[in-house]
Amino acid sequence: MSFLTLANAANPLEARRAFLGKSGLLLSGTAVALMAGRDALAAQAGKSAESDVRVLNSALGAELEAIAAYQVGAESGLLQKPVLDLAVTFQGHHKEHADVLSKTIVKLGGKPVAAKPRYTFPTDTLKNQADVLRFAASLEKGAVSAYLGAVPVFGNRDLAKAAASILGDEAMHWAILRNALGEAPVPAAFMA
Amino acid sequence: MKALAFLVAGAALALAAGAAPAADPAAGEAIYARCLACHALAYDRTGPRHCGLFGRRAGSVAGFAYSEAMKRSKIVWNGKTLDRFLANPMAAVPGTAMGYAGVTDRQERADLIAYLERENRSAACRK
Repeated sequence: MSFLTLANAANPLEARRAFLGKSGLLLSGTAVALMAGRDALAAQAGKSAESDVRVLNSALGAELEAIAAYQVGAESGLLQKPVLDLAVTFQGHHKEHADVLSKTIVKLGGKPVAAKPRYTFPTDTLKNQADVLRFAASLEKGAVSAYLGAVPVFGNRDLAKAAASILGDEAMHWAILRNALGEAPVPAAFMA
Repeated sequence: MKALAFLVAGAALALAAGAAPAADPAAGEAIYARCLACHALAYDRTGPRHCGLFGRRAGSVAGFAYSEAMKRSKIVWNGKTLDRFLANPMAAVPGTAMGYAGVTDRQERADLIAYLERENRSAACRK
């Protein structure tokens, strides 16, 4: 969506409609590509790039832990279909996030953190499917907040946009997990 | 009526002087949900554990891989240092691995710190 198009709109309301009508289509298709495939990232240098790498590595660390957490959930024997399939699908998303974050860190000249050999999870408190769902929901809610707190600190606005794209995915996970628990899937108009 | 006026004036003065807001640990628990992508009370995750936080020197949990910046910060965690750090972690400790904009609302920080204090006094944290 060009700013020229916005500038040529007859009135602000029309401009807003035009923006809302087209920007969503663009974001979903390009946000991840912006992060993983854009060579301009390699040109980003200096303190801003160092800081962005640290933020991306924190996100990568959390994504790797989420992958491990869903693995524990999937292997726990506590999840029944179709919830089990859902968990595996969400784990797949986290794998995609981790892959993109890792590649981006390399592109920026950084070193991606590796998965830990062992993670600690409160497995002694997970007794049934609802416990596992509640635990997963708490991680997803935390992830939404973490990305929300990361978006404004990126020096590179393309990274901020891509992080916001991942945030949207985490928010959908959270909502669906809450729904599976019989809770209001979207309990508030704003996230914090 | 006079007493009420004194109370109002007193409250206004306290606010003007920057007095710490009354803190609610229950509200802080809800704010702590924002931290759960990376932190837990009892064990290390992407971020270090929060049990044992008060009086602990920053960067000192054994076995946790801190940033050099945090290890060098010489911060000892208490209500005041936490308040400053949580307001803007990346400005308070440039180079911290905690890439997070912070909890900018003063009341929310007070509630969050009150929750952490309460949990640190709990049997689960002290074992």
